[in-house]
Amino acid sequence: MSDDMDMEEGGTIKKFMFVNRKAPYGTIYALESLEVVLISAAFEQDVSLAFMDDGVYQLMKGINTDGIEMKSFSKTYRALEGYDIEKLYVERESMELRGLTEDDLVVDVQVVGKSEMGDLMNEQDVVLSF
Amino acid sequence: MLHIVNKSPTERNSVETCLEHAKKGSKVLLIEDAVYAATRGGAAEAKVKSAMADVAIYVLQPDLAARGMADRLIEGVNLVDYGGFVDLVAEQPNCQSWL
Amino acid sequence: MKFGILVNEGPYQHQASDTAYLFAKAAIAKGHEVFRVFFYHDGVNNATRLTVPPADDRNIVNRWSALALENNIDMVVCIAAAQRRGLMDENEAKRQGKDANNIAPGFRISGLGQLVEAGIQCDRLVTFGD
Repeated sequence: MSDDMDMEEGGTIKKFMFVNRKAPYGTIYALESLEVVLISAAFEQDVSLAFMDDGVYQLMKGINTDGIEMKSFSKTYRALEGYDIEKLYVERESMELRGLTEDDLVVDVQVVGKSEMGDLMNEQDVVLSF
Repeated sequence: MLHIVNKSPTERNSVETCLEHAKKGSKVLLIEDAVYAATRGGAAEAKVKSAMADVAIYVLQPDLAARGMADRLIEGVNLVDYGGFVDLVAEQPNCQSWL
Repeated sequence: MKFGILVNEGPYQHQASDTAYLFAKAAIAKGHEVFRVFFYHDGVNNATRLTVPPADDRNIVNRWSALALENNIDMVVCIAAAQRRGLMDENEAKRQGKDANNIAPGFRISGLGQLVEAGIQCDRLVTFGD
């Protein structure tokens, strides 16, 4: 832990994007990528999260993991705002293909089209995929 | 941007979704199982050929050879070795892996 | 140029660790610096010294160790992912009351902040995964 807390480098702010394309619970990627996002908050970087393809499913309301005996991490998406991580981009076409709307999501997001998502990706310094 | 894709186009939608997001002038490098996307007669041939109007497509040659596909490369797709892979990452301002 | 590498998958199961290694080797051959290789998700399994792969095939763990030691590469295993998957160094094993440790030479266990720091400090961060 102390390693991380010593990390405040003077000055450099980079644009970090965390790309989420996988559904939750079938694999660990959604949860463990969220853990990186939370740590990144301590570094005061320009962080955004992109949800596309099956990644949009990570943000569903009404998730109940009691039956599969896994810990739910849904509420962590709502906690991101408290860490000043507010740029959550969800791809419109991915939602439409899956019959989802913004009302189905557990947190406020910015819905963007494929083309705009591509532009956002292009602007990043660091893109992390999981 | 350098877009790196590693899964087969018939296993996952990563090649497709990458090509739908890569902007004109960017580069796409197919590695590991994604090299199948760059083969003649392959499922992604039409998509890849059409994408070549806007983006340069590269294939990691050792992965192509490892899969017995060396003589089926779509014309116009560039071959690189690991050194060329490194050069592509260095030359582009940023990179993204489509898993 | 300073490279950071993220390895998301374990040895042999996926090609990710192989590709990452060959990329790192090529980067060094070209005169670049590989600042850090960060192992996350099942990638932490690249750091166990207990593998005994067939003698006529590549030894993934050992060649990472050798590359790191020859070229002064910082190879970091994420502590949270390691704890989930049973990768321990001596200190961690003592701390957690475990009867063994299994980390290979050249690897160290540390926090996710090291990944974010690599993103900040490196010119390029490349992800290898599934």
